Amino acid sequence: MTKTYVNRAPQDTRGSWLTYVGLSLVLLFSAFPVYWMFVISTSTDEAVAQIPPSVLPGGEFWTNANEVFTLNEVFFAASLINSVIVSSVITLSTLFFCSLAGFAFAKLRFRGRNALLVVVVLTLTVPSQLGIVALYIVMGKLGWNGSLLAVIAPGLVSAFGVFYMRQFIAHAVPDELVESARIDGALNLRVYWNIVLPAIRPALAVLGLLTFVMAWNDFQWPLIQLNGTDFPTSMVALSDLASGNYVIYRRVLAGAFIATVPLIVLLLIGGRQIVRGIMEGAVKS
Amino acid sequence: MSLTELRPASHRPAPPPKNVRTRSWLHRFDNKTAPYIFISPFFILFGIFGVFPLIFNGVVAVRNWRLDDPTLTGWAGLDNFNRLLSDEDFWNALGNTFGIFILSTVPQLLIALVIANLLNRKLRGNTFWRIGILLPYLTPVVASTLVFAIFFARDNGMANWFLSLVGFGQETPLDWRAQKWSAWIAIATMVNWKWIGYNALLYLSAMQAIPRDVYEAAAVDGAGPWRQLWRITVPMIQPVVVFTVILSTIGGLQLFNEPMMFDENPQSASGGSAHQFQTIAQLIYKVGWKDLDLGYAAAMSWALFLIILIVAGINTLLTRRIGGDR
Repeated sequence: MTKTYVNRAPQDTRGSWLTYVGLSLVLLFSAFPVYWMFVISTSTDEAVAQIPPSVLPGGEFWTNANEVFTLNEVFFAASLINSVIVSSVITLSTLFFCSLAGFAFAKLRFRGRNALLVVVVLTLTVPSQLGIVALYIVMGKLGWNGSLLAVIAPGLVSAFGVFYMRQFIAHAVPDELVESARIDGALNLRVYWNIVLPAIRPALAVLGLLTFVMAWNDFQWPLIQLNGTDFPTSMVALSDLASGNYVIYRRVLAGAFIATVPLIVLLLIGGRQIVRGIMEGAVKS
Repeated sequence: MSLTELRPASHRPAPPPKNVRTRSWLHRFDNKTAPYIFISPFFILFGIFGVFPLIFNGVVAVRNWRLDDPTLTGWAGLDNFNRLLSDEDFWNALGNTFGIFILSTVPQLLIALVIANLLNRKLRGNTFWRIGILLPYLTPVVASTLVFAIFFARDNGMANWFLSLVGFGQETPLDWRAQKWSAWIAIATMVNWKWIGYNALLYLSAMQAIPRDVYEAAAVDGAGPWRQLWRITVPMIQPVVVFTVILSTIGGLQLFNEPMMFDENPQSASGGSAHQFQTIAQLIYKVGWKDLDLGYAAAMSWALFLIILIVAGINTLLTRRIGGDR
């Protein structure tokens, strides 16, 4: 028994049943809050207050969801649409601008390229959240405060996106391919569109998924911008629902669950890509 | 598709185009200018909305800048910073931030290490496990914190129910929000829940690059799995460990969503009845957008920036020492 590990690297060790028990516990710990969110969103007030707590879903989901959507103080349906708009615009723009810049940094020669790339890498380390006060003033000067535009604008590009795209394009697109296309007379924009974009689809999927998740879950900046307006994002709407003296949890959690569903769907569709993206060093900005 | 074909060098001369002049001008423009056009959207947008505000923040911090009194503008010098030094709320928030930060970062990274070690074996369905532990990373903090708020409720909360099962607090259930230590533990639990899986994946990716003969040599010397983890794996993935320490320092010291949504009244940003769990990021929000004093809020975020730099620096040194010299 004590000798089983000899001459084995961990990668070669077959998971014993204990490994599986351990991982199952981890998975239970990961999934339980989300599951419980669902349970409460399907329960009645009495079931929420019950001791010991009920861990099985009730049948009230549609009642609770309906209440969230018909509330007059909080525009929940509109907030979901806003979240879709904000996250989609940010994702598409990040993918386009970052892959374009990544292509230039990876494959084109121009004066100052290395210095500018250093600037990109340096800005990776800047926690831009610390500039929110000044960012708010900037948005004020532009006249955008309180609008979706102010929420979207800071997310349109990311330094991480440029760096990630540069790394991927440098490896995934052969120089010869770019050269031969140029010799055929293709302009750079055409090379980008016809050669680079199709070759980097996996990287676009990874960056797109991560960006969408981040934009959807963002809270502080949308709260500053949209608190008290008629068109918040779903995260701001949720904090509204949870404020006040008497909070109806089954209703709030129904809203929370509905706002989580799109991300669960993304995890089911693109889980493999997200995992790979993170393991390749994808980092929150 | 001719664009993608590789051609031998002899084919190089292109067929004579109709409009040689326009073409060559276009191609010169394309070679010289297009790269700058391609990178300019990033630099313009990031400049306006990322870098400039950060610098401009420094200017706002040394000015009076009140949203409720636009006439009160002008140079404030170091007033905002001086005020900071004697502001009890600030020091309280700083203490809370550090308390929660330590309670979350240390267990988070240690548990992630152990989980990564489990995942770094031949497993059935290894993608399934990896996707599973990422569920918290994708779940909106605003949503999951609401669940935890119910979990840590004083009456009818699941945490108190568990405690009562093992004989704690049957007469007087624990009010998690009321005291610093209990509120910190509750909030740290939420942070740990969210980030353990993410960090485990980062560690796992580094672990997979460790050559197996290192382990063979260690095993010959009689090192068991636990010793191998601490003496080989951890030192060999040290760069990633340093990286996660820096990341969680930056994230942990800017903690905002969890303490906000744990509050019974999230919109107040007060962090509990007596600010037991008000963090600095929360205080910045309150000073700026509830008290409408942007100048003072900017000074606070500069202070936080400096604190993050210092703590990240210390952490990096410590991690290097622990990982490298043993």
